[in-house]
Amino acid sequence: MENILTINNLTKKFGSLTAVNNLSFTIEKGNVYGILGPNGSGKSTTLGIVLNVVNKTSGDFQWFNGDISTHDALKKVGAIIERPNFYPYMTAVQNLKLVCKIKEVSEAKILEKLELVGLSDRKDSKFSTFSLGMKQRLAIASALLNDPEILILDEPTNGLDPQGIHQIREIIKKIASLGTTILLASHLLDEVEKVCTHVVILRKGVSLYSGSVDAMNASHGFLTLQSNNMELLEQALKGNSAFGTVKREGEYLIVYLNQPMDATEVNKLLFEKGVTLSHLVKRKESLEEQFLELTKQN
Amino acid sequence: MLRLLKIELFKLKHSRSVKVISSIYFILITFIALIASIEFNFGNIHFRVADQGIFNFPFIWHFNTYMAAILKLFLAIVIVSLMSNEYSYRTLKQNLIDGLSKKEFVLSKFLTVLLFASISTIFIFIVTLILGLSFSDYNEIGIIFSDLEYIAAYFIKLVAFFSFCLFLGVLVKRSAFALGFLIVWQVIEWLLYGLMKWQFFRDTEIADKVALFFPLNAMANLIKEPFSRLGVIQTAANQLGENFTKDYAVGWLNILIVIVWTFLFVYWSYAILKKRDL
Repeated sequence: MENILTINNLTKKFGSLTAVNNLSFTIEKGNVYGILGPNGSGKSTTLGIVLNVVNKTSGDFQWFNGDISTHDALKKVGAIIERPNFYPYMTAVQNLKLVCKIKEVSEAKILEKLELVGLSDRKDSKFSTFSLGMKQRLAIASALLNDPEILILDEPTNGLDPQGIHQIREIIKKIASLGTTILLASHLLDEVEKVCTHVVILRKGVSLYSGSVDAMNASHGFLTLQSNNMELLEQALKGNSAFGTVKREGEYLIVYLNQPMDATEVNKLLFEKGVTLSHLVKRKESLEEQFLELTKQN
Repeated sequence: MLRLLKIELFKLKHSRSVKVISSIYFILITFIALIASIEFNFGNIHFRVADQGIFNFPFIWHFNTYMAAILKLFLAIVIVSLMSNEYSYRTLKQNLIDGLSKKEFVLSKFLTVLLFASISTIFIFIVTLILGLSFSDYNEIGIIFSDLEYIAAYFIKLVAFFSFCLFLGVLVKRSAFALGFLIVWQVIEWLLYGLMKWQFFRDTEIADKVALFFPLNAMANLIKEPFSRLGVIQTAANQLGENFTKDYAVGWLNILIVIVWTFLFVYWSYAILKKRDL
């Protein structure tokens, strides 16, 4: 598979603080990546380094297999970092024209991209008159001007109202469905869970996990059970090696599976032991639960 | 190169303050011509500035470039804000992310400096030529186009000064502070000179020699004040028993010093930008 970005042992120190510590991962074409991590875990610093605005301390990174210089590679990338930055005295269209000149692409797509983010009716308004949500959408339009190989978004919904957040998410989904590789940094888990296929989890500049969202969950899921005879249920579960940890949570029993098993099988097995279930739900841990689990351990 | 200049001009084109300040600057330069119309009666002597020989070729090249160079402070505001605005709008960061390299960024600013200096130089050349042709007592081609070194010096002076402004913009990041720093720097040069002249190296020429290398002083020395060269002043001085023996020419060493400073300012701008995390 074609690599878009390869990061090898990247380290960044700000004085005595190590913001990024020996980080390595690879971004492959066509996937949607999420970089997860609490505030201050080094997400933005990592993106800053690969985007040429922060100097690395050691390690290296390569865009597109290292055939071209970083600033030329960035012409094929679309990126938004933290806050939309444009010239306040220029209109939306003028700002985008400037970006076209820098990226050396034609100005033909400006209106099309403004349409995509729903800003065509405000195209001749000055940037300084825009609301935060509109600024963020203009930033997305700007990042898409060159039909980038990869779109990098750093906290794209930060500071937006629910409607703005929804609009941005819809746009991201739309772009992802077009097959564009996306790298999304966020501390909002549901945001990542909704759109990403792969995740990199950072904590204090160290990568805790890097791979697909599905593979992240090595366990076979867990069951939430309830019966009118809870003691019997608990005994039945503990006597079977197919079940792992059992814990009580309010009115329910939570049991982790040691081997693949579907809900019908469980129901049948328990019924044979004389337990009648009044509640049975099987599911996998949510990204949030896995994330908290991962970041807690270290 | 052309691409970088186009990018920069696009940024300037849409800024109203840049347009206003630049217009004021060029209008003020043409106002030098108004000096010609100053006339007054002193007792029973009718005095007209234009008749005092300040518009005679080739002296007018010296006089006009000296006067116009004072106005460069207006364009300095444009140059400083050109740089510091990129910081305050955070567009410097965005430009880099969009695919401009740090080298290209500094180069685009320096090209703009060259462009501003060129336009100003061409402008002063034309204004001076017109003024001279209207008022000069000598109109032979050979005399008209002698002493053109002042025009060259004017260009070098502007480029150096604007590069200094650019450097301050990069260093300080805020236009007001950068302009303040410019003034503070001038004061520092004066203080250093004063200290050397009257404290450490009394009765020697060391202070004057060292001061030659100060950036702002070196720029000022490129075009020395032209007033004491005027016929009226010379006559008056002679009557008082004073005699000026000053070298008004543009010195080669001076040009060299100023060019070295220009290079350093641009290089340091790049070095700072390269080292900084944005």
